[in-house]
Amino acid sequence: MKKKYTGGKIFTALTYIFLYAPIVVLIVFSFNSTKSRSVWSGFTFEWYRQLFTDDLVMSSLQTTLLVSVLASLTAALIGTFAAIGFYNMKKKWRSPLLLINNIPVVNADIITGVSLSLLFVSAGLIMGFELGFGTLLIAHITFDIPYVILSVMPKLYQLDRNLFEAAQDLGCTWFQTIYRVIIPEIMPGIINGLLIAFTMSVDDFVISYFTAGSSVQTLSMTIYAMTRRRISPEINAISTLLFATVLILLLIVNLREERQHKAEKIKEDLLEGTV
Amino acid sequence: MNENAESVRLGGVGSFLDRFRRQAFAYPYIIWLAIFVVIPIMLIAVYAFTSVKGGFTLNNFAGMPEYAPVFGRSLWLAFVATVFCLLIGYPVALAISRTTPKTQRVLLMLVMLPMWINFLLRTYAWMSILENTGLLNRFFASVGVFNWINSLHAGDPNYTPITHFQLINTDGAVVLGMIYNYLPFMILPIESVIVKIDPFVIEAAQDLGAGSGTVFRKVVLPLSLSGVISGITMVFVPAVSTFVISKLLSNGTVMLLGDLIEMQFTGSAYNPHLGAAISLIMMVIVVICMSIMNKFGEGEEQAVVM
Repeated sequence: MKKKYTGGKIFTALTYIFLYAPIVVLIVFSFNSTKSRSVWSGFTFEWYRQLFTDDLVMSSLQTTLLVSVLASLTAALIGTFAAIGFYNMKKKWRSPLLLINNIPVVNADIITGVSLSLLFVSAGLIMGFELGFGTLLIAHITFDIPYVILSVMPKLYQLDRNLFEAAQDLGCTWFQTIYRVIIPEIMPGIINGLLIAFTMSVDDFVISYFTAGSSVQTLSMTIYAMTRRRISPEINAISTLLFATVLILLLIVNLREERQHKAEKIKEDLLEGTV
Repeated sequence: MNENAESVRLGGVGSFLDRFRRQAFAYPYIIWLAIFVVIPIMLIAVYAFTSVKGGFTLNNFAGMPEYAPVFGRSLWLAFVATVFCLLIGYPVALAISRTTPKTQRVLLMLVMLPMWINFLLRTYAWMSILENTGLLNRFFASVGVFNWINSLHAGDPNYTPITHFQLINTDGAVVLGMIYNYLPFMILPIESVIVKIDPFVIEAAQDLGAGSGTVFRKVVLPLSLSGVISGITMVFVPAVSTFVISKLLSNGTVMLLGDLIEMQFTGSAYNPHLGAAISLIMMVIVVICMSIMNKFGEGEEQAVVM
C-alpha cells in the first residue's frame, strides 16, 4: 500500500514537471540576449523594453483589457438578473432555458465563433456595419454570461426559500427585496462569476479571432499573428509578465480566502461556545 | 426541485404578480440568447443547406467524402489525446485527493495555473522544445544520441546520417499539444468527484473484506464516473475542434477539422457555406459522442468545475 502511494507521488511529480517545463522555458528565454528560442547566450531585459515600446502589443493589450472589463461587467449584470429570473420560473421553462444557456459553454469555441461571425456578417450586410469592437464585445458578453449564471444559480438555491416573503412582509417592495436582500446574499456568486468571465475573456482567442474583424486585435490575436511570423522573444516577455500577474493575483485571492476561512472558523467556534 | 413546495412558497394572487415580475428579470437575457445563441446556430444550418446564390442545395455536402481523411484524423487524434489525458489525469487526480486539504488546494492551484497563461503561448513554448534545432534535439545531440545512431549504420553506404529527430510537424506533436493544453480539464473534474466520496464508504468496503484493487474497481471508480465523463467531454470537444495547436505544432502539415473550418471562414478558400456544412457535421458528431458518453453515466450528477 505504502509503495503504491510513492509510485503515485512520483507520477504526479512528473506530471507537474510536464505541466511546467514549457512555462519555465518561456520565462528563461524571455531574458535571452539573442533571438534564439533554444540557445542561451546571455542575460538581457531588452525584450521587455521593446515590448513596452511596441505599439501593436500595447494597443492590443488595451483592447483585451477593455473588452474583458466591459464584457465581464455587462455579463455580471445581465447574468445575475437572468439567474434571479430563472430561479423564479417554473421548472418546465427553466430547464430548457438553462440548456440553451449552456450551449456556448459546451459547444466548441470554433462553432461559437463561426456562428456569431455568420450572424454579424449577415446582419452587417443588412444594417450596414462591419466586424469590429462592437461585435467583439457582443461575442464576449455572449460567452461570459453563462459562467455568471452557472456561478450565481447555486447561491440562489442556498438561500432560505422564505427570504423573498420575509422581506416583503417586512415592507420591502419587490425591487427592494432584490436589491437589499437577495443581491447582497448572492454577492460571492456574482463576484466569482465576474472573475471567471473576466478570465475567459482575457484568455479567449478563437471566438475573438472570428468576430473581431481586421480593424481590432486582442492580445491573443496579436500573439497568434506573431507566432505565425518570424518569432520575437517579445512573446516570451509577454508570457512572463502575464504569468507573474496571474501568480500574484492568485496568491492574493488565496490569502484572502484563507483569512476568510479562518474568520469563519473562529465565528463558528464562538457560536458553538455560546450554545 | 419540488414543484409543490414551489407553488406553496409562491401561493396567492399577490405573489403570483411578484413571481411574474421576478421572472421578468430573465427576459432581457432570453432575448439575448435568442439573438446571439439560437439564431447563430440556426444560421449555420441555413448556410450549410444554401448556395452562394441563396437557393437550397445539398452541394455543400457533396464534397464531404474528399474531407473524410480530415474527419478521420481529427477524431483519431482527439481520441488518442483524450485517452492519454485520462491515463495521466486519473492517477494524478487520485493522488491529489489523497493529500491533506491544504496540500490539495496548493496542488489544484498548480494544475490551474498554466490554464491562466494564454494557450497560444503555452503551445508556442512547445515549438521551441520540439523544433529540429530545439531544446530536446539539442539535448539528444549533446548526450551523443545521434552520433551513436549514426555509428550503428557506419558500414551502410545508403545511410544518410541524422542530425535530429523529427518531433515537430508530426501527428505526435499535435497530440502532445492537445494533452498538454487539456490535461487540467481532465484532472479537475475527476478530482472534484473523488474528493466527495465518503471515506466511510471506502472503509466499509475494506471492513467487508475488499482488497485495495477491489475497493478501487467496485467503489472509487464507479463513484468517480461522472467526473471522468465530464473530463472526457471537456478534453475531447476542444481537441477535435482545435486549429491553433495543429497550426503551431505541425505548421499546416497535419490538417484537422478546425483548420478546415477556419480556412473556409478566413483563408483564401473563403466559402462560409462549405464551412457551415463542415461545422454542422462536426457538431452532430460531437453531440452523438457526448450522448453515447452520457449513457454510461446516466443518472449521475454532472461534475462541476470551478
